[in-house]
Amino acid sequence: MMMGASLADRRLLPEGRLAGPMPWVIAIMMFLTALALAGGLAMGNASARLGQDLGRQVTIQIVVADPQRREQEAQAVLRLLGRQDGVTVVHRLAEAEMQALLRPWLGNAGLDHDLPLPAMIDLDLDAGGRARFDAIAKAVTAVAPHARLDDHASWLVPLVGLIRSLGMLAGGIVALMVGATAAAVVLAARSALNTHRQTIDVMHMMGATDVQVARLFQRRLALDALFGATLGLVSAVAVILLIGRRIAEIGSGLVGSIELPSSAWAALLTLPLVAGLLALAVARITVQRALGRTL
Amino acid sequence: MAGIVQFENVGLRYGTGAETLSDLSFSLAQGGFYFLTGPSGAGKTSLLKLLYLAQRPSRGSIHLFGEDVVQLRRARLPGFRRRIGMVFQDFRLIPHLSAFDNIALPLRIAGVDERDLVTPVREMLAWVGLADRASARPPTLSGGEQQRVAIARAVIGRPEILVADEPTGNVDPEMAARLLHLFDALNTLGTTIIVATHDIHLLSRVASANVMRLDRGQLHDPTGALRYPPRAASAVVDMPVRSPA
Repeated sequence: MMMGASLADRRLLPEGRLAGPMPWVIAIMMFLTALALAGGLAMGNASARLGQDLGRQVTIQIVVADPQRREQEAQAVLRLLGRQDGVTVVHRLAEAEMQALLRPWLGNAGLDHDLPLPAMIDLDLDAGGRARFDAIAKAVTAVAPHARLDDHASWLVPLVGLIRSLGMLAGGIVALMVGATAAAVVLAARSALNTHRQTIDVMHMMGATDVQVARLFQRRLALDALFGATLGLVSAVAVILLIGRRIAEIGSGLVGSIELPSSAWAALLTLPLVAGLLALAVARITVQRALGRTL
Repeated sequence: MAGIVQFENVGLRYGTGAETLSDLSFSLAQGGFYFLTGPSGAGKTSLLKLLYLAQRPSRGSIHLFGEDVVQLRRARLPGFRRRIGMVFQDFRLIPHLSAFDNIALPLRIAGVDERDLVTPVREMLAWVGLADRASARPPTLSGGEQQRVAIARAVIGRPEILVADEPTGNVDPEMAARLLHLFDALNTLGTTIIVATHDIHLLSRVASANVMRLDRGQLHDPTGALRYPPRAASAVVDMPVRSPA
């Protein structure tokens, strides 16, 4: 049966693909969907990356005013950590690194050499080290009574939780947008059915099946949805690239972890096709249901 | 023999009102020519709707082509409708399609390949005298031309039954005679013709026709032919294309 594709069949419904608001409504919804999806995928990526770091990084500060004592304890800690299983990286921050960290807060004037700075040692733990963290911490404080252990997990856990929540929120928004898109297609299909009622009646009386009639509408509505979705996606991609550039300008490692992996870009690029297929299915069901109520 | 159309105690009621059609029982022979007449509001259009399956009766049974269409599953209706050609009183041409595309519509619905429908449609256009109006759209055609496009569309699929509602209502007497000649030619080729008309002058123009008279939803049978169809079924043969006389 040829009602699906031929030029003659397409003429059965007057041309004017962009007649009606549906493509533009779908463009707006696709714009928001793409932003929400990009946000959700970026958040998911960030939470995954931060989650990997969660149990890994620990910073030890030795806070004592006496520089000699501070140095003794720092050296004792470095010797101890060098012998500990599960500690993969030990890095003591040099004076220049410490000043670089403080410069944004104190400025150059505040960084005189009389200012007592703590000794700071970053260490990375592997899974075994993570499991032995309490024992390592006890050993560190035994050789360096002025040592404070800053477990990055303690503040990354709620942050990762927040990021995951935002990711789930974005997922919810995407789901709502899919529902709204489907609703828009239902309304457009019903409107189109009313507009073309006479043509449908004539076709029915000549023996057209519901599937034949539905094909005319589903094709038209799917093309409209594809157009609107492509327009919305292109706009959203422009915004995403702009936001990505702004994030890159911040230069923060934490904020920088919010980025779209290539798989997310691929997912975004499939959105118009998904919208088109969704419109196709929804239009088909809507039209067939409506026709099913007639004789 | 069994008729191509059989009504038994058929009644039709719209909503909760009185019956529009009451106790219709008749049989139409395959290959017969029938005029359906009666005053306005008698129920002619309602009876035609039952015949071309646009309406189900409120009661009674209707057999078309030997099958009970009242109980027929909705999914099977298209197959029956493709065997019936209709000429609507208001033509119901699709305004944005050309005369060619309007006439080709039943063939396209039936799945005929585009390459295979061009010749029959052009021949049909010639048959109704509209060969030079193939690309014209209905709003640019006169009433009579639209009527002929509607008739061509109704017969292009070589229906076994042709149902026409006031087919000569919008044409001058000369064109009415030509159209009636087309119907007669079709009938000769085996198509059962049912024509609803107000025009009593038409009734005498087809010698072999039977007259069904509807009055206030009741069917009268002045010729007595309805219960005893006048002729046996004639074979449906391929309809040759020819110019109207």
